[in-house]
Amino acid sequence: MIEATGANPAALNKQNVGERLAKRAATLARIRAYFAEQQLLEVETPLLGQYPVTDPQLDNLRVENPFINTPSDLDYFYLATSPEYAMKQLLSLGSGSIYQITKAFRQDAPGRLHATEFTMLEWYRLDYDMDALIDDVASLIQLLIPNTAIEKISYREAFIRYAEVDPFTATAAQLENIARKKIDVSFSDQSKDVWLDLLLTHCVEKHLGREGMTFLFDYPASQSALARLDTDDNGLVVAKRFELYINGIELANGYHELTDADEQMRRFTADNQQRLQAGEPAREIDAGLMAALERGLPNCAGVALGIDRLLLLV
Amino acid sequence: MGTYSTNEFKNGLKIIIEGDPCNIVDNEVVKPGKGQAFNRVRLKNLKTGRTWEKTFKSGESVEAADVMETDMEYLYCDDEFWYFMDPVTFEQVPASAAAIEDAKPFLKEQEKCIITLWNGAPLTVTLPNFVELAVGETDPGLKGDTAQGATKPATLVTGAVVRVPLFIDQGEVLKIDTRTGEYVSRA
Repeated sequence: MIEATGANPAALNKQNVGERLAKRAATLARIRAYFAEQQLLEVETPLLGQYPVTDPQLDNLRVENPFINTPSDLDYFYLATSPEYAMKQLLSLGSGSIYQITKAFRQDAPGRLHATEFTMLEWYRLDYDMDALIDDVASLIQLLIPNTAIEKISYREAFIRYAEVDPFTATAAQLENIARKKIDVSFSDQSKDVWLDLLLTHCVEKHLGREGMTFLFDYPASQSALARLDTDDNGLVVAKRFELYINGIELANGYHELTDADEQMRRFTADNQQRLQAGEPAREIDAGLMAALERGLPNCAGVALGIDRLLLLV
Repeated sequence: MGTYSTNEFKNGLKIIIEGDPCNIVDNEVVKPGKGQAFNRVRLKNLKTGRTWEKTFKSGESVEAADVMETDMEYLYCDDEFWYFMDPVTFEQVPASAAAIEDAKPFLKEQEKCIITLWNGAPLTVTLPNFVELAVGETDPGLKGDTAQGATKPATLVTGAVVRVPLFIDQGEVLKIDTRTGEYVSRA
């Protein structure tokens, strides 16, 4: 069992600053040594981007461009919510397996586990699938936090065990019914994903990573984000996506990456449909990523890991 | 009637839930790795005193409770109500047993309190952080006994029982911290 005390920011502030800085530097050095040994190349990609993200639950911070000379110039730059699109451009240009430690920015409501600016470790492995990447993440965590136990549980199994419902076969109305029995909810909603997210955050997450690390994998297709789809042993269509939890805290999110440009365009368009339905403007689709997919993204798996959250645990 | 977005939620904000005014005691934003964010909120119903947890979808709007706080002086109680007076207008308002529940153990006449009014009626009564109250009953004081830590129970004139040092005598006036309900010093 990993100590949970690190999750309390007030307790953390009392720790010696020098000790914390040394721990952070040592952790970053060990991460870099791991990837050097594994022969992944360290890269750096721009933080200022030309395009925002379409994900309806994610908003970029934007900064004004002070040098507007012609009407075609950009009014704003968008600060990267993750280096994913830029790194995929490198992959499509033949970079090979790569990693990056960088800042990311999100217009999230700040909270105990959310900051507007945070540090992210992101890496991509050529010819890895989801299972191989899960093992890779586990190796890195065990290097940083020795003797951490490993548990793998599918999204479906976790819901059946902790929320007593099959997230793949249940309808939005059935999920709402179950959620209302467990949680006092102020809203109503037609979207199945809203109820899945509610049950995940309120009933499932607290059971994950209690004894070490838990990998939650094979997400519903509606939550595939940039992961490819596959059929599981039960014949269900699942997204080859995983998240790592330690102590109920989500630490990493990984995909067996989608390489199909047409499918990616359909997902971005669906994101924008959802934004329009919510009364928000649609977002311009990232032409750089689309060009990378057209050019050809090699078969690869990638994962993003929150360094600030990791440092609460090491 | 105004509304608050969940983005404006913070401790102490007063909102209407199912017709009752409620106080936000705690507000936490929870979000899965990707997906919908929620506000998990600890609420206190200011009419019934019940506290419980309710979850809002981030971005939702909630009706604001039209409450105001005002300084008033406690006058007296009858069988049903505790009466408070505005020291400027001399207007009097009756507070229910539920409204004075938290203040009751240390509430004495002429005490200046903060009254939270909702639609003109007192919802809650908040005492000053420190009040001075006489000891109604306690074991005789032990002169010269200032040993640290040794205490005995004392019943104040309001009926509340507090732990006091052994040297305190009946009739003495004490300073009490109303937030913790503890003895501070002799007044």
